[in-house]
Amino acid sequence: MSSRRSPVLASVAGMALVLPLAACGGDDGEQRTITVLAAASLTETFTTLAADFEAAHEGVRVRLAFDSSATLAEQAVGGAPADVLATADTTTMDSAADALAADPRVFATNTMVLVVPADNPADIRSFDDLGPGVDYVVCVDTAPCGKVAAALLSSADPGAEPASLEVDVKAVLAKVTSGEADAGLVYASDAVAAGDAVTTVEVPGADAQVTTYPIAPLDQSQDAELARQFVDLVLDEEGQQVLRDAGFGAP
Amino acid sequence: MTTARTLGRPPLVLLVPAALAAALLVLPLVSLVLDTPWATFLDRLGSREVGEALRLTAVASGATVVACVLLGTPLAWLLARVDFRGRAVLRAAVTVPLVLPPVVAGVALVTALGRTGVLGPLLREGGVSLPYTTPAVVIAHTFVSMPFYVLSVEGAMRSAGERYDVVAATLGASRWTTFRRVTLPLAMPGVLAGAVLAWARSLGEFGATITFAGNYPGTTQTMPSLIYTTLQADPEVARTLSMILLLASVAILAALRNRWLTTP
Repeated sequence: MSSRRSPVLASVAGMALVLPLAACGGDDGEQRTITVLAAASLTETFTTLAADFEAAHEGVRVRLAFDSSATLAEQAVGGAPADVLATADTTTMDSAADALAADPRVFATNTMVLVVPADNPADIRSFDDLGPGVDYVVCVDTAPCGKVAAALLSSADPGAEPASLEVDVKAVLAKVTSGEADAGLVYASDAVAAGDAVTTVEVPGADAQVTTYPIAPLDQSQDAELARQFVDLVLDEEGQQVLRDAGFGAP
Repeated sequence: MTTARTLGRPPLVLLVPAALAAALLVLPLVSLVLDTPWATFLDRLGSREVGEALRLTAVASGATVVACVLLGTPLAWLLARVDFRGRAVLRAAVTVPLVLPPVVAGVALVTALGRTGVLGPLLREGGVSLPYTTPAVVIAHTFVSMPFYVLSVEGAMRSAGERYDVVAATLGASRWTTFRRVTLPLAMPGVLAGAVLAWARSLGEFGATITFAGNYPGTTQTMPSLIYTTLQADPEVARTLSMILLLASVAILAALRNRWLTTP
């Protein structure tokens, strides 16, 4: 996995979702589209769920926009044409409270793990091996993954600062899978998504810093019924199975 | 104003798009000025994070200009004065970073100089690891800024012409002396304009920096990176920081006013 997700590309993608919607306005209703704003860590699972949703609803397209939760929440409040918001923590969801059509519901949990590249250049076997001379990266603390990482690092101080603060968790993962960093703090689900490209190391105290993922339909939705159905899909047995397979914990 | 009378009133078909263009360029900046929380401006300007980012931006852009002058001037001279095979290709290659999206520049730099890049392992054997260091920031900035400088200096050297060089040569000056005493002084306006352009480009560089060098306060977090990450947490602070960069840009324009702003 050498692909690198860039913050600028991500925000352009976020803007790009605004443009095609205007073009869909002329449709005679045969093709219905909903847009789902989802935290970067949901990339794999929501892509699967969107495909499932399209398969179950003929003529329906699900447009997905992945970014840091804070950015998405800001877009939702700013009136971005979207139908569903799923964030990687409750704080960012609360910040979008004005734009929600229903109370957010928790659909998954996640814990932080340390991942190292498959060849493990810095020979890291436990969290204690982080230290001077090890280039490890974490999320910037304005992103949910960064808040958790900061809490973990302050309770289990590795004695060295991170080499870089990445804008979201996928950027951290990309630095590790491409070998540009010796280690990185990511969610357990990201470690599962990276497969053989990384080795997972447990982080002491991670259980006390569980991240909860809330989801809610948005006020500005043009198709509230479809938005509700997508939320239901994520919460019901089928959605939960997809999330569990991807390394997420139960709500 | 006799020309105005002879030529008649400017037609609407030109005035309307011109007004739209001006509005598009000016409105966002005016909004930024109006929306900046001026009451807390100085407090924010004095915060440690902002101070570190400003210091790093100043250091990186200064070092970038020095690198551009030291390396770019000879390259511009080579392109302007030496006839060699592949000169057109080289000039085209030098121009590419000018139109390259900065993120792509960052990806290209990682591919070349990253830890696992083409030259990365070689550098590591020599005990050098570039990513996550301030030199990496300077390299990223120089990569995106150098074309501005080289094109500006090359243009100045070309328009000054080769005549004086030839005269110097017939008077017995070596090529190095001719470069120092004749070519470079004549190209000085281009050197200055190129240096300012390179500095301005470096000041705003974001994509290549955050992709190649990373983002950490004090070592690799420049003003644009700080603005981007702050925007996620507190848009108001981000506006303050943007205002600081805007002021810097205006200062550059003021420095360049003799070249552009005074054109009637």
